[in-house]
Amino acid sequence: MTHRDGAAGVTRVAGATLPDGRTADLWVEGGRFVEAPAGGTADRVIDAAGLLALPGLVDLHTHLREPGFEQSETVLTGSMAAAAGGFTAVFAMANTMPVADTAGVVEQVQSLGERHGYATVRPIGAVTVGLAGERLAEIGAMASSRAQVRVFSDDGMCVHDPLLMRRALEYVATFDGVVAQHAQEPRLTVGAQMNEGELSARLGLAGWPAVAEESIIARDVLLAEHVGARLHVCHLSTAGSVEVVRWAKARGIRVTAEATPHHLLLTEDLVAGYDPRFKVNPPLRRDEDVHALRAGLADGTIDIVATDHAPHPTEAKECAWAEAANGMVGLESALPVVQAALVDTGLLGWADIARVLSTTPAAIGRLAGYDRPLAAGSPANLVLVDPTSVSEFTRDRLHGRSVNSPYLGRELPGRVVHVLHGGVPTVADGELRPADEVAAAATGRR
Amino acid sequence: MVARAVLQAPDITRALTRIAHEIVEQSKGADDLVLLGIPTRGVVLARRLHAILAEIAPGAAEVGALDVTMYRDDLSRQPTRAPAPTQIPAAGIDGRTVVLVDDVLYSGRTIRAALDALSDLGRPTAVRLAVLVDRGHRELPIRADFVGKNLPSSTSERINVHLTEIDERDEVTIE
Amino acid sequence: MRHLLSTADLAREEAIVLLDTAEDMADVADREVKKLPTLRGRTVVNLFFEDSTRTRVSFEVAAKRLSADVINFAAKGSSVSKGESLKDTAQTLAAMGADAVVIRHSASGAAQVLAGSGWIDAAVVNAGDGTHEHPTQALLDAFTIRRRLHGAGSRGRDLDGVTVTIVGDVLHSRVARSNLWLLTALGASVRFVAPATLLPIGIGAWPVETLHDLDVAIDDAPDVLMMLRIQTERMHAAFFPNEREYAREWGLDDARLGRLPATTMVMHPGPMNRGLEISSAAADSAASTVLEQVANGVSIRMSVLYHLLAATGEAS
Repeated sequence: MTHRDGAAGVTRVAGATLPDGRTADLWVEGGRFVEAPAGGTADRVIDAAGLLALPGLVDLHTHLREPGFEQSETVLTGSMAAAAGGFTAVFAMANTMPVADTAGVVEQVQSLGERHGYATVRPIGAVTVGLAGERLAEIGAMASSRAQVRVFSDDGMCVHDPLLMRRALEYVATFDGVVAQHAQEPRLTVGAQMNEGELSARLGLAGWPAVAEESIIARDVLLAEHVGARLHVCHLSTAGSVEVVRWAKARGIRVTAEATPHHLLLTEDLVAGYDPRFKVNPPLRRDEDVHALRAGLADGTIDIVATDHAPHPTEAKECAWAEAANGMVGLESALPVVQAALVDTGLLGWADIARVLSTTPAAIGRLAGYDRPLAAGSPANLVLVDPTSVSEFTRDRLHGRSVNSPYLGRELPGRVVHVLHGGVPTVADGELRPADEVAAAATGRR
Repeated sequence: MVARAVLQAPDITRALTRIAHEIVEQSKGADDLVLLGIPTRGVVLARRLHAILAEIAPGAAEVGALDVTMYRDDLSRQPTRAPAPTQIPAAGIDGRTVVLVDDVLYSGRTIRAALDALSDLGRPTAVRLAVLVDRGHRELPIRADFVGKNLPSSTSERINVHLTEIDERDEVTIE
Repeated sequence: MRHLLSTADLAREEAIVLLDTAEDMADVADREVKKLPTLRGRTVVNLFFEDSTRTRVSFEVAAKRLSADVINFAAKGSSVSKGESLKDTAQTLAAMGADAVVIRHSASGAAQVLAGSGWIDAAVVNAGDGTHEHPTQALLDAFTIRRRLHGAGSRGRDLDGVTVTIVGDVLHSRVARSNLWLLTALGASVRFVAPATLLPIGIGAWPVETLHDLDVAIDDAPDVLMMLRIQTERMHAAFFPNEREYAREWGLDDARLGRLPATTMVMHPGPMNRGLEISSAAADSAASTVLEQVANGVSIRMSVLYHLLAATGEAS
């Protein structure tokens, strides 16, 4: 393989702390990790003293908005945000315009990601045509396309019709795929604005009851069991949901679950000021739910963390609550929030973080190259983090096109210092590398 | 600064008695008189004057209260306060002589506000002003018809009027 | 007091001051010159995103009686259509030099968003935001109750020991919420009566008792019975089967009216569905305070505007 880029030659990552706590050097050549060369000379050295080395992060749930909503984000700006957050791969949800329900659209999204080079973009295909929940989309065509889609989701919408969900689980299994369900019973959440409870009653905001999520998950795990298919549950948000998944796994049902960073840190109290920065679907829940989700990650009931990065333009968040759009950007803040919620609280170690933010999401999405993280022979997807840094999360930490982050002004730990994507530096010394440089290196790689 | 008493209880009583006689003399009797005290202490003084009038010139003098908070021109410079009640006798003020009663006359703005309030309530034949203390420093062309005591003062001094009904003693101090 | 957004954060003392000032304002209505010069030169804007002629006119009369200038801005736009955005409208008003903005909006929290946004410098009065709060309604209700109980001796008094029963669609009622906080702060005890479908979940910790049986509530002879308007559209979302059953179970019909002590006040924020939640006889009876509530609305709103606009300093 030839490389006409800044990743040419041999790179030595010196003195990094590995997830298991050991300090070691990592060597990169030709876009892969390699054993230390005899003679030990490097063309370039990255000083990783005091920095934590993690495998490149993989986000199983991102909204890149292109095609159709480029005012909020594009594949380029979204993958820049991803790189800034330490992600080397993102799975792009299908609720674009047009919806990613054909081979054509998924191949387009895939190509854009390859061209820009900041992160590996794996398109997610819709389960139903137009996300309308009526007819299955061309799942086979998307699976065999250049995009090789393996994750299918109507996220944004719930596949609520039980018959259709059954068919989807069965059909997708034919292609070794998985249905990622956005669990929200629509009839119980008409006009819903926030978690249903005392606060929603006090604020006069229509409630989104926990049972609307839990009842769909309960149904879906039983369907998955019945037809012997894999199921993935998006953005789990309630304690009850964790219990349902725990029960299902104990029965041997092949279900995986994700939790977002915001559901691991933020609670519904933040809604009291009616600031739409805190409006998200599923909504922020109670303290008990946050703790149940953390415990679920710690004991493996919840398999991964996924950001549900959802960019929106300013006008969609600068208005009355009921008029505002749902969603928060989350790629750049994911690792700091996860560190604050799970590592600094002693619930997970860094090795666990590597598992829930890299190895496992890649496995669920059937993404190659992440199963032997940081090992010689694997693609050089690496993020070097300074876990001791504590700083205020400000606008300049956001590199996507939208700024709807709930963390602005908040102190968060950790800082991404270097990112290598297939050996190509996308972030160096805490700054994003320029787009033309990264694109040129990507061309070289292809 | 230490407060110095300039009027004691007997002085106040004598002043009010004299004012009552002056009112009767000028109005040629107590008929068709309406005493309107300006809250808070003006109302107390108005009631005392009314009692004295009842003794010296039995007639049809009536007493009430006129709150002027809503008519002040300096509201934005003061903390918002709840107005006190305005109580106008049932027969009203049209065609009668109104005697405004207040404890201290200073800039004159309170009395200007009282005149505006009166004009929204009716059309008295005449409006007079009785005050216990006139301390000078008028900012508007207002003068009192009946004065208990003239107390020239500097603007840095404070004059406090204490009346038994409210402050448990009768006394006027300057500090 | 900088804004009036809710009764939930109105202290008992502040509330009594507002009620007492309204007493004086009420007296103005009886005079020949029904005007005070207090807010001369100030501009009050009625920013109504939801139609409501009654409330808007009430605020307009209140502002004019204080000699303020009034601008009526009827902005189109529901919580689902974009229409004119709150931000753009607010900035237009700021350019017009509004001193106070009275806002009614279909989205809960809209008044708070406006007040905290930094888009305008004016005082904000919440005239009803979605299903959240309607503070001036609660204030005029409390004022009406106080006046009926104590007449000319109302000044300075609270509502200690008064029993109030609120009947109807509590779930969607900003009037019920605002009244609960205010009446409780003033010492009254409140009960809600409604089918379970029209009571919010999670109010177990609220200072209110809930019942489903209106007859039981009536036989307890409350001092005040407040009937809330029922929207017939709720029937289509399965909150109750039909109007007939609703009227039978939770309507103040003539039989129930007959069982109330003569001293019980019957209140309704309006507009009324005669024959549904309240019978015509009840609405027109001596116990009904409906017309006083309308008159008192002007006095209360005068009091609120005075306290928000007369001084730029903090309330003493």
